[in-house]
Amino acid sequence: MSTSPQSPPAEEEGGGGVRKPSSPRAARDDYATHVPPLRAKENPAHSRESAAARVRKRLTSTTASAIAIIIAVLWTLPTASLFLSSFRPELEIKTTGWWTMFSDPQLTLNNYREVLFSPGQGQLASYFVNSFVITVPSTVFVVVLAALAAYALAWVNFPGRDWVFLGVFALQIVPLQMALVPLLRFFSQGVTIGGYQILPAWDLPGAFAFTNVWVAHTIFGLPLGIFLLHNFISQLPTTLFEAARVDGAGHGVLFRKVVLPLTVPALVSLAIFQFLWVWNDLLVALIFAGGDVSTAPLTVRLAELAGTRGNEWQRLTAGAFVSMVIPLLVFFTLQRYFVRGLLAGSVKG
Amino acid sequence: MGFSLVDELPKLLWLVIGVAGFLAVIGALLLLVDAGPRKTRTEWWQATLFLAPALILLILGLVYPVIRTTLLSFMDSKGAAWVGLDNYIAMFTQPEILVVLRNTFLWVLFGPVLATAIGLFYALLVDRKRFESVAKSLIFMPMAISFVGASIIWKFIYAYRPAEAEQIGLLNQIIVWFGGEPRLWLLDAPINTLLLIVVLIWVQAGFAMVVLSAAIKAIPDEIIEAARIDGTGVWTHFWNITLPSVWPTLMVVLITISVQTLKVFDIVRTMTGGQYETSVIANEMYAQAFRYDNLGMGSALAVFLFILVIPLIILQMRTNRRLREEQR
Repeated sequence: MSTSPQSPPAEEEGGGGVRKPSSPRAARDDYATHVPPLRAKENPAHSRESAAARVRKRLTSTTASAIAIIIAVLWTLPTASLFLSSFRPELEIKTTGWWTMFSDPQLTLNNYREVLFSPGQGQLASYFVNSFVITVPSTVFVVVLAALAAYALAWVNFPGRDWVFLGVFALQIVPLQMALVPLLRFFSQGVTIGGYQILPAWDLPGAFAFTNVWVAHTIFGLPLGIFLLHNFISQLPTTLFEAARVDGAGHGVLFRKVVLPLTVPALVSLAIFQFLWVWNDLLVALIFAGGDVSTAPLTVRLAELAGTRGNEWQRLTAGAFVSMVIPLLVFFTLQRYFVRGLLAGSVKG
Repeated sequence: MGFSLVDELPKLLWLVIGVAGFLAVIGALLLLVDAGPRKTRTEWWQATLFLAPALILLILGLVYPVIRTTLLSFMDSKGAAWVGLDNYIAMFTQPEILVVLRNTFLWVLFGPVLATAIGLFYALLVDRKRFESVAKSLIFMPMAISFVGASIIWKFIYAYRPAEAEQIGLLNQIIVWFGGEPRLWLLDAPINTLLLIVVLIWVQAGFAMVVLSAAIKAIPDEIIEAARIDGTGVWTHFWNITLPSVWPTLMVVLITISVQTLKVFDIVRTMTGGQYETSVIANEMYAQAFRYDNLGMGSALAVFLFILVIPLIILQMRTNRRLREEQR
């Protein structure tokens, strides 16, 4: 678990781990400026404690550990039981509890094969591709556009800059429910201002229909993205820019050669959040991606299976795991960026 | 027509074209930035190129829709004629929608507080333990799972089989072990709403735990040291030192989860579809606007949601500012 965020202080020397910020806000400031990590000090008072106090402490510590383990088991059990069940034959899942499998283990990969590839059973492989095709561009677009905007709001001189930033900041509070109906109208009827058709209706056939979802997710991801990256980019030292300006570099070069390389950790954090958010999203996909196998993502298909075939547990158990594989992989390999982003306030509304 | 790779190729091709095309445009834009007028006092040219893509999207996709939705909330189901406050009046008088509002209230009442309390409790339990990082990962993991996946996980726990058959859901099995009758949990109002809230708590406790754990670790060692020498008990230590120290962070966590809770949609949609008196505002908004084609009522619900969120966010920003000032 070397990637885990709460590794002991000694492992945080590389600057990779979270440096124990005291608040979401502090973390944000913290990861731009390189404050040395706090170290847990040796405890000089320890030797002065009486034997009785030490025994009492050991006991409370054991009770605490026991309670912690109980909670951890409670929290893990739901996922574990579904995971184990997904390998049981259909008849077994439907007639006996998963806890009976320990006395009579029968395992199969049939559920996965069927739910992934059979048309009547879910055909989740196609939806998996859809999820992928929806998520990757939605992530790239947000990260790139947010970086450009955040840079301009931090380092390009123009009047009203602070007002524009305030406006973008305020947009974070808009629940996406407020935007769904009119945005869908844009795609189906185009944009008209004062009777003039500014944009035509997008009646995109086949694979091109993914564009709607990309645009919708990009719009909904931008306010938070710009805000997070602005916090980071605006804290880069001014001297960096002055030096480059003296060498005659314009904003385009500065952005590419100076800002982007230095911003990589923040970009990765934002990318992870946007990726997980889009991959796990149901609402935006339901409205903008349609419901069939040509464009709908895994979440839409699974919600549908849970509704119409709520008792086909062999499909639901395996299907749920097919949808979780990628997020869990991202989570476990990039956990420290995930935590860092979380502490910096990456919770989207 | 099963799964075949040939069917998937156009999608992947469009993905590659989309991303490559986008990056090419951005690359050209960056070159253009430096080709334009340089060394001017106000950098209009550069500002426009850097900001235009994001701002156009935000104005078309958020600013305009917010105005439009607000207007629609005062119009009829087709968005054709003005009806004044009718939608809002209907919202607070129709029994079905009153149930929706009551449920949303239950969600906000129980979800955030319990998730935060469990998160704080667990963060304290595992603080500075040898197994801390593993223990935290286990509680934190549900954060990576979609609400749809989490709903299926919990639906399986609430699954029902008639009393004469063997149970497959853990909850009913436990009831049976204690000599009770299995129940159709998700059909029983109002307990079904509470069982749905459990899913939210299960997901959000990990978030609360991670953020609060960081706050606990930031309590200065001197304070902890002083308390230890004074020999304060665990309980007094918690009330006099830990809780006051993490209080601002606790508020931020509580408010953040409250906002998430107000907008909860996926759990309700996946587990009950909003039937059996479990619907909440976000789900009802979707149903009204996109199922029943009642744009007016759907918009009114969206506006009401927005109004509920605003004070929470203002409170959060103020707490955040106070936290930042304390740092200085």
